[in-house]
Amino acid sequence: MDIVVCIKRVPATDATIKIAADGKSIDTTGVQFVLNAYDEFAVEQALKIKEQLGTGTVTVVTIGSKDAQKELRDTLGRGADKAVLLTTDQWMHDGASTAAALAAWIKTQPCNLVLCGRQAMDSDNNQLPANLATRLGFACITEVTKLTLENGTFTAERDIEGAREVVTCKTPAVISCHKGLNEPRLPSLKGIMAAKKKPLEEAAAQLPAATVEIVSLTLPPARAAGRIIGNGAAAVPALIEALRNEAKVL
Amino acid sequence: MSNIVVIAEVRGGQLKRPSLEAATAALQLASATGGKVTAIACGANLDAACAELQKSGVHQITAIEGAAFANYSGDAYAKAIADQAKAAGATGVLMAHTAMGKDLLPRVAALLEGSITTYAVAVSFANGSFMATKPVFSGKATMTVRALKAPFCVTLRPNNFAAASGGGSAATTKVAAPGGDLLAVVKEIIAAGGGKTPLQEAKVVVAGGRGLKEAQHFKLIEDLAAAFGPGVAAVGASRAVVDAGWRSHSEQVGQTGKVVSPPLYFAIGISGAIQHLAGMRTARTIVAINKDADAPIFKVADFGIVGDAFEIVPALTQAIAAIVASK
Ligand SMILES: Cc1cc2nc3c(=O)[nH]c(=O)nc-3n(C[C@H](O)[C@H](O)[C@H](O)COP(=O)(O)OP(=O)(O)OC[C@H]3O[C@@H](n4cnc5c(N)ncnc54)[C@H](O)[C@@H]3O)c2cc1C
Ligand SMILES: Nc1ncnc2c1ncn2[C@@H]1O[C@H](COP(=O)(O)O)[C@@H](O)[C@H]1O
Repeated sequence: MDIVVCIKRVPATDATIKIAADGKSIDTTGVQFVLNAYDEFAVEQALKIKEQLGTGTVTVVTIGSKDAQKELRDTLGRGADKAVLLTTDQWMHDGASTAAALAAWIKTQPCNLVLCGRQAMDSDNNQLPANLATRLGFACITEVTKLTLENGTFTAERDIEGAREVVTCKTPAVISCHKGLNEPRLPSLKGIMAAKKKPLEEAAAQLPAATVEIVSLTLPPARAAGRIIGNGAAAVPALIEALRNEAKVL
Repeated sequence: MSNIVVIAEVRGGQLKRPSLEAATAALQLASATGGKVTAIACGANLDAACAELQKSGVHQITAIEGAAFANYSGDAYAKAIADQAKAAGATGVLMAHTAMGKDLLPRVAALLEGSITTYAVAVSFANGSFMATKPVFSGKATMTVRALKAPFCVTLRPNNFAAASGGGSAATTKVAAPGGDLLAVVKEIIAAGGGKTPLQEAKVVVAGGRGLKEAQHFKLIEDLAAAFGPGVAAVGASRAVVDAGWRSHSEQVGQTGKVVSPPLYFAIGISGAIQHLAGMRTARTIVAINKDADAPIFKVADFGIVGDAFEIVPALTQAIAAIVASK
């Protein structure tokens, strides 16, 4: 199976976000960037499927800045065969145009399976995999927490409100990966050495016209300072009073 | 003039409440554009859902009905809805950001070649442009975008708009669900035990953390949730207790779990790490119970009690139960 894994370089989860002077982007000085946590599950799943089948290729792709070489190398160190960086200077928050550009590129590749994370932890979109699958005409299962492949059929589980859905599909497919799916391996020392010889190709991303533009990026209003009602169980009546008469939630 | 479509989510014949919240946003947009709102629902038997949609004040209802649509199918629903949205002349398509909404609307947007903004907390139409506002960077910033391409497709955060209840007598047009092969097929829906309230729809979330010390002590958290009466409260958990195997990941609140925005959130024995805050900081009222007066959770909590959860929570459960019983 020829597998394409889509990844994104995003700020670390504990990064402090500051707004840049233009009011439309973040100030990245001092911000540590990492491989999007959910994309680690996608990379791991691709490697597992290749191991299960004993054949196939794993190609990792991102649309991002030159700096994303670091995250791509990281995935090569884990065992991916090839990495492709489609370069742009823009922050890719526009899901529809990202999906269009990825779809156009994937159509030029041997590919029966696309694996994605469920959500990129910068724009927090949770939309690209389903949008991409539709453009490719591929089957799609999103937010998968369990996945098996038997006789060419994928069986996936996903959480919905108050229940779990069991969904099946065949290739070609796009599957987005959620926490719980697997335990991502880290790059091994041997893997890191091997990664240096693996191909990392670069080309300018062919992005269509933007479908949305940022008007403003602001910090959310700080929550008004709360107050400590008191200590221990003796404070319960005062809490109930506050919830009823101040917050009016009881 | 431009018409707005709201996609109504129906599961097992039942209209989901967040769809009525999305209808509110659709009606607001339509009054700004001078257009009408069409609600589109998919399912096997939609009569009850359509009757409820009628009370919401939408102008038209399209029911795509048939045995083939009994279970959700992303590819089949998306195609049928996109066709109807085109027929309705939609320049905006809205849906609640639920498991179905986040899977379905990006597909509809792709078929319609529109823009797509997910998890919006506000939408507007002014000077000929649609705009949407959404949290980004796990709620550490707020982004407002202008749509440059029609239609404007948006999923909306639940518990953020009032449910539409404008009344009216919208006519329902029934459309036969198209048959044909599905790319992905839902084989089974396994209900979580005991008709639990879904975390993201709950009016109250009672969340526990490592401060509870042991898995079995989550009984305290479950009892407090139960005290609010049936269907009101859901149990949440910090990642520390999910990683420890005390609770399932489906209950995890935070950056790598669920994002919830209930009217009332209890954080009990939870320190308030930034990744946890990312999942609950937009709750309307936050109550923290923690024995450490310096725990960061107190910086976001509206009301806090410092002390031992094992002593405070049972007293709180009793007090809540008494209030609920007196109603
Ligand atoms: C990439 C990444 C993603 C993450 N995603 C998430 C996420 O989605 N959700 C999440 O929650 N975390 C997430 N985390 C983990 C997060 O950083 C914290 O480690 C976690 O939230 C801590 O859980 P906790 O508050 O239960 O435990 P602790 O931090 O150990 O806090 C326990 C608290 O209980 C209090 N306590 C102890 N005994 C009592 C008592 N008897 N009565 C009352 N209070 C008591 C203590 O004072 C303390 O404040 C993530 C971390 C990373 C690196
Ligand atoms: N710029 C990008 N390049 C490659 N893949 C991406 C990009 N943005 C998002 N993805 C993939 O799509 C998933 C969901 O992202 P999103 O819909 O943006 O939240 C991510 O986890 C990645 O797998």
